[in-house]
Amino acid sequence: MIRFEGVTKRYADGVTAVDDLSLEVPQGGITVFVGPSGCGKTTSLRMINRMVEPTEGRILINDQDVAARKPAQLRRSIGYVIQHAGLFPHRTVLKNVMTVPRLIGWDQARARSAAMEAIEKVGLTADQAERYPAQLSGGQQQRVGVARALASDPEVVLMDEPFSAVDPLVRMDLQAEVRRLQRELGITVVLVTHDIDEAIGLGDHVAVLRQGGRLAQLATPGELLREPADDFVASFVGKDRGYRKLGFTGADLDPAPEQTVRLGEDVPTGRGWVLAVGEGGEPLGWVDRHTSGGPVGEDELHRMGSLAEVGDSARVFLDAALSAPSRRGVVVQDGRVIGTVSAQQVVDSLERT
Amino acid sequence: MIGGVAWSTVGELVLRHLYLAGLPLLLGLLISLPLGWLATRYRWLAPPMIAGTGLLYTIPSLALFILLPLLLGTRVLDDANVLVAMTLYTIALLTRTVADGLGSVPGATRQAATAMGYGELRRTLVVDLPLAVPVITAGLRVAAVSNVSIVSVAALIGVSQLGQLFTEGFNRNDMGPILVGIGACVALALVLDAGIAALSRVLTPWLRAGAAR
Amino acid sequence: MISLTWQWLTDPATWTGPGGILAQSVTHLRISVIALALAALVAVPVGLFIGHTGRGRWLAINVAGAFRAIPSLGVLFVATLILLPRLSGDLAFELPVILVLVLLAVPPVLSGTYAGVEAVDPAARDAARGVGMTESQILWQVEVPAALPLVLSGLRSAMLQIIATATIAAIVGIGGLGRYLIDGQASRQYEVMAGGAIVVAALALLVDLVMAGIQRVVVSRGLVEARAG
Repeated sequence: MIRFEGVTKRYADGVTAVDDLSLEVPQGGITVFVGPSGCGKTTSLRMINRMVEPTEGRILINDQDVAARKPAQLRRSIGYVIQHAGLFPHRTVLKNVMTVPRLIGWDQARARSAAMEAIEKVGLTADQAERYPAQLSGGQQQRVGVARALASDPEVVLMDEPFSAVDPLVRMDLQAEVRRLQRELGITVVLVTHDIDEAIGLGDHVAVLRQGGRLAQLATPGELLREPADDFVASFVGKDRGYRKLGFTGADLDPAPEQTVRLGEDVPTGRGWVLAVGEGGEPLGWVDRHTSGGPVGEDELHRMGSLAEVGDSARVFLDAALSAPSRRGVVVQDGRVIGTVSAQQVVDSLERT
Repeated sequence: MIGGVAWSTVGELVLRHLYLAGLPLLLGLLISLPLGWLATRYRWLAPPMIAGTGLLYTIPSLALFILLPLLLGTRVLDDANVLVAMTLYTIALLTRTVADGLGSVPGATRQAATAMGYGELRRTLVVDLPLAVPVITAGLRVAAVSNVSIVSVAALIGVSQLGQLFTEGFNRNDMGPILVGIGACVALALVLDAGIAALSRVLTPWLRAGAAR
Repeated sequence: MISLTWQWLTDPATWTGPGGILAQSVTHLRISVIALALAALVAVPVGLFIGHTGRGRWLAINVAGAFRAIPSLGVLFVATLILLPRLSGDLAFELPVILVLVLLAVPPVLSGTYAGVEAVDPAARDAARGVGMTESQILWQVEVPAALPLVLSGLRSAMLQIIATATIAAIVGIGGLGRYLIDGQASRQYEVMAGGAIVVAALALLVDLVMAGIQRVVVSRGLVEARAG
């Protein structure tokens, strides 16, 4: 657990970057510091590993004041990931990842195997471990940055805008990866971002900071959307707050049974859309009865909408319904179709809650 | 009198020195601009051209001063020998700098200019060249200072400029003229250096506009 | 004259013996290497300090600029007049020359070094500090290896200047390839001067080539990739 106690950072030119910040970052999970530029989120993060020293107040990790430890020693025990990865250009991926294990005195062999393990954890290959950073894409470099932070099994990992410099598709991959790693390893991640979507999508807890370095609200994403503490948080969270809230709302729904057809079978008579499924009952696509007759061929399949899994949020169900050509959202369990829901059903269920 | 040398003599020698070091600076710049442009325009030309002009710098100045009359058919004491030699050294330093400068223009700026319909030559003159000014003037400053120092070697072949004070002092075993010569050389170099720096500032008002904010 | 120069250069007698090209090249190289080593001894640590701390940058730029402005010939004469009566043997002649060459070499080595350290990716430096490297670990494990290409190119351009300028040493009477220039001029044997000049240029190129080879070996391939990419 990381605790900020009345932490203030004032610079020599009189600018107050962080103002009397007190908060607790819970053990385990991802806590996100989010806010507009100049809110002191990065400064707050960097005070945890003493890259920045507070003017007043103190920060405790597991009830131990960080100021009591030597900065270099402290930093070696905390993972650190930054925006442009900051890899050492003259070292191979493997040597980059071995940095902290070597700094804390592990021998070559142990450091090497720990590094290889971390490299595999973040989804890179042994072949890529021998390359230099310049030979990797931006997304891969950032994976190396994450591996370097994890190599010595730290309990706490700090991430400063780790995904800002990569393109949106890669960013989504990396976010999922960090989420998975955090769950797998049970580490405490403190992540700074200016992107409220990233904060809400990734954080178990979100600390919204306002300009001048004051804490506006610390809450779970759902609470933040349902009950923003004040106008600032409400406006920062955004206009489509109501819609986003669906992402944190369960859907209490009974999927309606759906008529299905397998490839090669004759299209059942009737009107509108029929759902085609594979041998194991997995959804394949929609067939339009206006244009087909006789056995269903693969070329007659229309693309499916998104799928909803039992237990998903209302947002996923609604999206499944709206994105299907039939306007009926396919619900699956363990990959098999169990029925469909309409947008109306989802909205009705929201009315009830 | 200063250090046993008449002020008027110092003044004359400074002017001679300025002429022998400064004129080649201008000539060298005029020749380096198209050379540097060629090196950026035709990528394959860059390595041989930069290596080739760099090679000029490895020729000892004394040798160049003495051998040029034989190659050019000039008289031994002709100023032309020194002017040509110094121009060659200037080209040696500046071709690379001009190529670096033109190469430093952001691709987006260049493409935008082309997309708006600038022709190649016109774009080079009104877009690329102004943006390359800071890099080129930085090279020009190094060349100016180094020219002032090298010209003094011409005293060994009897061409008069501040270096003459070195040989006179050395032959008479008198430190005075040498120190005066060194002082005048350094002062002249620093004045040229500051002048080019100031010119660079005047030519690039947009850089200060950015810094002021 | 070209044929005379060719004759001189291809005459075995020119190359061997105590005053031959080989012997003079050795002297020339010895003085040049000593000068470069001394200049590096001064300029590299200072450059590392400036690059790492960011302090004294302004001073370094101006000192380097002023050093460049000092005319080598003048300093050579002053140093000779001062030192000759006070020292004896070869040292009395060589020390002034080495001093001049060191002054010449300091600016390029100094600016190469601090520019190299300054050019290290700020993110890499921040990450180095963030993973718990001490200041000296940051310097030696991150900044120096990453700055190496620029440090070495500073040393290379210093060496080119040293080798070309070391020829003026002959004026105050010591050996080296400058002898051919000075003696050739005195005896109006222009083919000797031309040949000497060619040998100096060739020696400079050869040394540069060797240094380029060293650079290839010691600079991390990752940095070469980073430049190409």
